[in-house]
Amino acid sequence: MKAPPFNYTRADHLAEVFELLIQHGADAKILAGGQSLMPALNMRLSSPALLIDISRLGDHAPQLTAIRLQGACLHIGALATHAEVGASPVIRKHFPLLADAATHIAHPPIRNRGTFGGSLATADPAAEWPACCVALDAQIVLTSKSGSRQIAAREFFQGIYTTALQPDEIITEVIFPVPGEGWRQAFVELARRRGDYAIAGVAALAKVDGSAINDLHLAFLGVGDKPVLAVETSRVFVSKGFSDSSLRDAQQALAIEIDPAADLYTSAAAKRHLAQVLAGRVMKQLLAA
Amino acid sequence: MDMNDILETTFTLNGETVTRRVPVRQNLVDFLREAMGLTGTHIGCEHGVCGACTVRINGEIVRGCLVLAVQVEGRSVETIEGLTDSGEIADLQQAFHTRNALQCGFCTPGMLLTAQDLARKSPQASREEIREHIAGNLCRCTGYQAIVDAVVSVMRKRCEAAADGNSRHD
Ligand SMILES: Cc1cc2nc3c(=O)[nH]c(=O)nc-3n(C[C@H](O)[C@H](O)[C@H](O)COP(=O)(O)OP(=O)(O)OC[C@H]3O[C@@H](n4cnc5c(N)ncnc54)[C@H](O)[C@@H]3O)c2cc1C
Ligand code: FES
Ligand code: FES
Repeated sequence: MKAPPFNYTRADHLAEVFELLIQHGADAKILAGGQSLMPALNMRLSSPALLIDISRLGDHAPQLTAIRLQGACLHIGALATHAEVGASPVIRKHFPLLADAATHIAHPPIRNRGTFGGSLATADPAAEWPACCVALDAQIVLTSKSGSRQIAAREFFQGIYTTALQPDEIITEVIFPVPGEGWRQAFVELARRRGDYAIAGVAALAKVDGSAINDLHLAFLGVGDKPVLAVETSRVFVSKGFSDSSLRDAQQALAIEIDPAADLYTSAAAKRHLAQVLAGRVMKQLLAA
Repeated sequence: MDMNDILETTFTLNGETVTRRVPVRQNLVDFLREAMGLTGTHIGCEHGVCGACTVRINGEIVRGCLVLAVQVEGRSVETIEGLTDSGEIADLQQAFHTRNALQCGFCTPGMLLTAQDLARKSPQASREEIREHIAGNLCRCTGYQAIVDAVVSVMRKRCEAAADGNSRHD
């Protein structure tokens, strides 16, 4: 189908975006990479009166597209594309988790336009970036006319397609603490076909010393209405290390921590089982690293 | 800053500068096909799943159905017609023909742009990497085997040619 009629404006400066958001409220929609919004328009699932195209803001505000280290933190501009994040040398060096996860997002032409901030704003429970941000304990920067605020990714996602973003705000950047010595990262996911949204997946950050797991953050995707930080499951591995028996205990804890809903192809029981399988795989990958 | 439902848009199309008044809700493929008469870019699903609409913007492949035509203001757009005229993919096209890598041809322009994208970026790509790169381009006819064969054969020939060229310089 074709998109319904709308008005369109290409913003050159953030200030214009904020004015328009205040003026038009819920009738306006931000257009970033368009890789979720355009399908929704073409399928007539969305019919905003006005599209505010923010994809060129980086021309005047380079921090919106930049990927840079600043002190002990990595900053990813909201308009950085999935492809740019995946190919960034800084990210490959300090955040292999993000580089790996990028290869699971859709297909190259979609990764060339879809943006990091757009993915977080969309908050699809099966999306890769939200779970990565939760595992890495990222801070999301939300900006409006009245200034910026930071919110932890662990609080930003509230439910299916629902976030803490207010109608007059946009995501401007995401800040990650760079893990120091001894931290390892891993990402695994199961999808029906390469590039499809995940059936289930997990992003992991662990502090490992020999065979001891000193700290662990497992964030699952596709098995709840938002990314699930599996605190109890992680606790089992930290207290018992990784073995066949601790894996069984952790898998039991995980079954209680997640509450997957069936999707078109996969039952809730199958998702729960697959998440348990992935828990074992991701631990093996972390410890092999 | 104006709010519009029609916007004058200037961009480069297959190397030539064009300026048109474009309805803002029109996607790039519909614009190319209807306003510019370039029907080589196909439109299938209109929601990003099939890859029939693949075009290049500033050298990178994108889904033409998920870009508004007005968004290419100031950009360089290349379509299958442009790549054909320049001869950039003549060998790929010949290999698709020789190996029966198309039947109805609906997926072919998108497939060629996507294959060429990989061939430019990683000329040594493996069969598996080729499959992965074209995974977002659906073909309902060929079963993909012949397409992958064609791409493999062209990438190998190009690498040999490049190696030949280099050794002649030595
Ligand atoms: C075929 C297909 C397969 C896909 N597969 C996957 C997949 O496997 N995994 C995955 O994660 N994604 C997948 N996607 C979605 C893709 O990653 C999108 O790029 C992403 O979800 C949205 O980012 P965008 O920049 O394209 O946002 P847009 O489509 O432009 O916008 C999406 C929504 O976010 C809002 N928004 C965008 N940017 C901001 C901002 N900075 N601040 C506030 N609000 C904003 C918009 O108003 C809109 O409501 C797929 C898409 C397609 C078409
Ligand atoms: S028509 Fe664009 S992906 Fe199918
Ligand atoms: S040749 Fe018919 S869809 Fe590919």
